[in-house]
Amino acid sequence: MKTDDLIAVLALESRGPGPGRLRRQIALWSGLGALAAAGVVVVAMGARADLMQGPGLANFIGKAGYTLALAVVGLWLLDRLGRPGARARRAWMAFILLTVGGLAAAGVDLALTPAGARYAQLMGQSALICPLAILILSLFTLAPAMLAARGFAPLKPAAAGAATGLLAGGLAATAYGLHCSETAVSFLVVWYGLGVLATGALGAMIGARLLRW
Amino acid sequence: MTFESPRVQVAFQRAAHARSGRAAIRVSAPAVGFVTLGDRDANLGSNGVEDIDLQIQSLIALSLAGDGAAYARLLALLAPRLRAYFSRRLPDPADAEDLVQETLIAIHTKRATYDSRLAFAPWVYGIARYKLIDHFRRRGVRRHVPLEAAGVLLAVSDTEAGATRADLHRLLAKLPARQRGLLEDVRLRGLTIAEAAARYGYTEGAAKVALHRTMKSLSASVAIDED
Repeated sequence: MKTDDLIAVLALESRGPGPGRLRRQIALWSGLGALAAAGVVVVAMGARADLMQGPGLANFIGKAGYTLALAVVGLWLLDRLGRPGARARRAWMAFILLTVGGLAAAGVDLALTPAGARYAQLMGQSALICPLAILILSLFTLAPAMLAARGFAPLKPAAAGAATGLLAGGLAATAYGLHCSETAVSFLVVWYGLGVLATGALGAMIGARLLRW
Repeated sequence: MTFESPRVQVAFQRAAHARSGRAAIRVSAPAVGFVTLGDRDANLGSNGVEDIDLQIQSLIALSLAGDGAAYARLLALLAPRLRAYFSRRLPDPADAEDLVQETLIAIHTKRATYDSRLAFAPWVYGIARYKLIDHFRRRGVRRHVPLEAAGVLLAVSDTEAGATRADLHRLLAKLPARQRGLLEDVRLRGLTIAEAAARYGYTEGAAKVALHRTMKSLSASVAIDED
């Protein structure tokens, strides 16, 4: 095949999808995955008893705010890492800000807790179940997010995979919040954070293969 | 014309201001042999790289708005530059030509990842470099591909198309189904482009015009280059 002929054929379809389409597509598919994960949480694990009562609802919304912010930053990072020539600096800054800000808040939470109760505050009732549950729930969000992310053209597929994992992990953690009744900030940052981090690592491993183009 | 590295920017401006014919530019920056298309470019002189940069920027805007002729011009403008980029980094011309085609296909299938608020040249350069690294990786070669300013892609062109050895099916598999079908029918099954265009719901005219214009602009570029 001659290169000139290839050009002639490629030129038949010049109008391309706009740059926003990839973002919308991945938001749509990972959002559907998040709904599935939420369904699984409610049906299989049960919603927390106080979900519809004032303090419980406020706590859920607070936790969801943080985990959704992680997901949004994951989407932002993917949208930068997935475009050749685009700079990801501000998205990285947002990620670092969320991480450092979260750890600082966890530190304040523990500092305000009496020394004898700190360990109990951090571990809550479900410290080890939490990251594992998030990792398992992330299968519902990671799979569609990863497939949608294949439309991007990442120069570093593993990094883009990690960003996809951050998106998927943040959504899975939000869904898990429907069940989990832990209220401590330090618990949220450390154990939810660990679950999201694990999903990011899984995403990096999958992305290194699946996001090559 | 802006480069990411200030050092390159300065070097480029010096080269552009030297203006003592092409020879001076050859020494200070690797800017040799411009491909020029159409009479609009006839009086470019030593300002070629800068103009090419502007030109591809306007061509991509037109292309994404649905102007097939602009898109054909854009790809025809990029192909010799990609060829020069790859053939200076690979010993085998057939490998280089394969990568030219792979890159053109990637430009096509990944064009939704181009953010029109950003410059187009770095996007193309990123794709070309990725394809080069990918080529080495497939061959099991570990080789460092230095990150250069995107300007290197625009600076040099090489219009001589070598032979390819691409596994046609592997290349075609990356195209959207309609275009793949058209190409296969024309190239492999010997249909005329008009017959094949009709089969895949392209207007006969669109397919013919695309082919005609590409050929015209290509022959024009060769003619000017040979002076």
